[in-house]
Amino acid sequence: MAGKTLYDKLWEQHVVRTQDDGTCLLYIDRQLIHEVTSPQAFEGLRLAGRRPWRSDANLATPDHNVPTTPDDRRGGVDSISDPVARLQVQTLDRNCAEFAIPEFSINDPRQGIVHVVGPEEGATLPGMTVVCGDSHTSTHGALGALAHGIGTSEVEHVLATQCLIQSKSKNMRVVIDGKVGPGVTAKDIVLAIIGEIGTAGGTGYAIEFAGQAIRDLSIEGRMTVCNMAIEAGARAGMVAVDEKTIDYVKGRPFAPGPELWAQAVAAWRELRSDDDAVFDREVVIDAATIQPQVTWGTSPEMVVPVGGRVPDPAAESDPVKAEGMRRALDYMGLSAGTPITEITVDKVFIGSCTNSRIEDLRAAAAVARGRKVADNVKQALVVPGSGLVKRQAEEEGLDRLFIEAGFEWREPGCSMCLAMNADRLAPGERCASTSNRNFEGRQGAGGRTHLVSPAMAAAAAVTGCFVDVREFEN
Amino acid sequence: MEKFDKVTGIVAPMDRANVDTDAIIPKQFLKSIQRTGFGPNLFDEWRYLDVGEPGMDNSQRPLNPDFVLNQPRYQGASILLARENFGCGSSREHAPWALLDYGFRVIIAPSFADIFFNNCFKNSILPIVLDEQTVDRLFREVAASEGYRLTVDLAAQTITTPGGEEIPFAVDEFRKYCLLNGLDDIGLTLQHVDDIRAYEDRRRREAPWLFA
Ligand code: SF4
Repeated sequence: MAGKTLYDKLWEQHVVRTQDDGTCLLYIDRQLIHEVTSPQAFEGLRLAGRRPWRSDANLATPDHNVPTTPDDRRGGVDSISDPVARLQVQTLDRNCAEFAIPEFSINDPRQGIVHVVGPEEGATLPGMTVVCGDSHTSTHGALGALAHGIGTSEVEHVLATQCLIQSKSKNMRVVIDGKVGPGVTAKDIVLAIIGEIGTAGGTGYAIEFAGQAIRDLSIEGRMTVCNMAIEAGARAGMVAVDEKTIDYVKGRPFAPGPELWAQAVAAWRELRSDDDAVFDREVVIDAATIQPQVTWGTSPEMVVPVGGRVPDPAAESDPVKAEGMRRALDYMGLSAGTPITEITVDKVFIGSCTNSRIEDLRAAAAVARGRKVADNVKQALVVPGSGLVKRQAEEEGLDRLFIEAGFEWREPGCSMCLAMNADRLAPGERCASTSNRNFEGRQGAGGRTHLVSPAMAAAAAVTGCFVDVREFEN
Repeated sequence: MEKFDKVTGIVAPMDRANVDTDAIIPKQFLKSIQRTGFGPNLFDEWRYLDVGEPGMDNSQRPLNPDFVLNQPRYQGASILLARENFGCGSSREHAPWALLDYGFRVIIAPSFADIFFNNCFKNSILPIVLDEQTVDRLFREVAASEGYRLTVDLAAQTITTPGGEEIPFAVDEFRKYCLLNGLDDIGLTLQHVDDIRAYEDRRRREAPWLFA
């Protein structure tokens, strides 16, 4: 019999029962909760007279809707000026109090984007099943967890039963062989993967990211890769546990204490695919071929190396695809053949659950150091992923450095990643963004998003247009 | 949950691939704490000429005459015909809520994004996967005849065209059962409380740190 994949192992460890048709009741170890996709779930519980199965298996924090300007944050929930957003954050507070769900509320130093907070607190651990009413839950797979986004009905289902009804996905392995060149980051790796397999390439699969270039990444870098597994259509992305994973987890507030540590580590070391495991699909990419990436269109698969040009729909043989490209160029206000480095930007956003961890901020800061935001750039935002990331960055003096360079230094939240709060693009504005989605209107109606790594975003901020970050001397 | 049995209705064509959840319901409408009322803002950015915000009187807003759902011939549609990877993007259940609130009960496409596909079933919307050629043909037929209707029979797993042709479709048995009976997943799962407790007891011994 063939060996098991990491995904097979994680799956089997969580099956409560298998139904006749093969779907399973899967046990959920951790649910993360935020203000946007939970109110209707709590309302459902209340209407049915149900209580959470295990309140302490949940952890909540508001992130999507919270304002990020220091002034708006000083007064806590009540100072949120948008009444609808305020109501959502208040509703989360109320629901957490009523149902005894642990919560890091708006001005708790541990508040932040759910996908930054979970790993940072040790609330998401290797071997866990982790869910959240947010598609980028795949992030947590970087720790060797089985993590994926769910809808609100499922949030309610997990609250009430600690389980989910699931059918197993197929196994896919994406191997990034060899070493990436200097200036090439986790973000470039994952954008290159999506460029290769397409936004539906992973549909129906759980993806394990493997190979030397993935092992070489820090845990934060692996989170960036797994974060965007969903943009490749896969519900879950994951990376096998190694010493880096174990070192990362050690000592975090929710991590196992000394009495259970050795036992936990022994179990975690098994969390990798067996050598003879068989994958339904395997994709191998040579790391050395990956360049810093820039998206040009309205889907993450519309991506080219920074040295490339905006592609020509006329060269695309599939008519539906060509039409999609035309529409995207029209929306993005770009013409085919334009060199990427001739595209100027109006705004820059460094943040989101993809790239708002300390190493992302360090990478951006290294480029911004001693430089100034270009005159044509109207706004350059740096939004740390959590209060703790913010504090760490301030201890390192990164906030000063950004501010001196002309960036705005904000309070943690999702911010301009999805523009639910005041941080957004005006129609037609073009943004270099470290987030994960360049869909039409994602960063504000009519806004134009180019996805890049933190260093590339900082380089675009100080140059005013896209540049190859490798040309910058630090 | 509402039962799903048979739907006969006008078919509206959404002729673009990768329609994402941000397009289905733009994020400014996610601030609601309710499940209903999203219908008037379905496809908001395509449907209206101005920028929509929560709390606006949608009946007063300028409609985009070129947008398919604004064409008189598709008024009252309950079946949406779509292209590949429909519903990609976020996990927001507001997308199926908006489709349902607008009146769609069936979506036919060559492929769907995974989480969206799941969310449909939980909201009494039937997503049907048909092969690319059949979807293409349906697009042509819809364009050719005004008032084009299909009948979707979940029990029989067939789609009947105006010409009387029956197109079979596949659906997961368990999901079919739940839809036909309007069963709530939570109630079903809670029938297995003993299994869940037994699992927890075993895991607590194997991996006590998960329960610390
Ligand atoms: S940062 Fe963006 S992608 Fe991440 S959870 Fe927030 S809104 Fe979603």
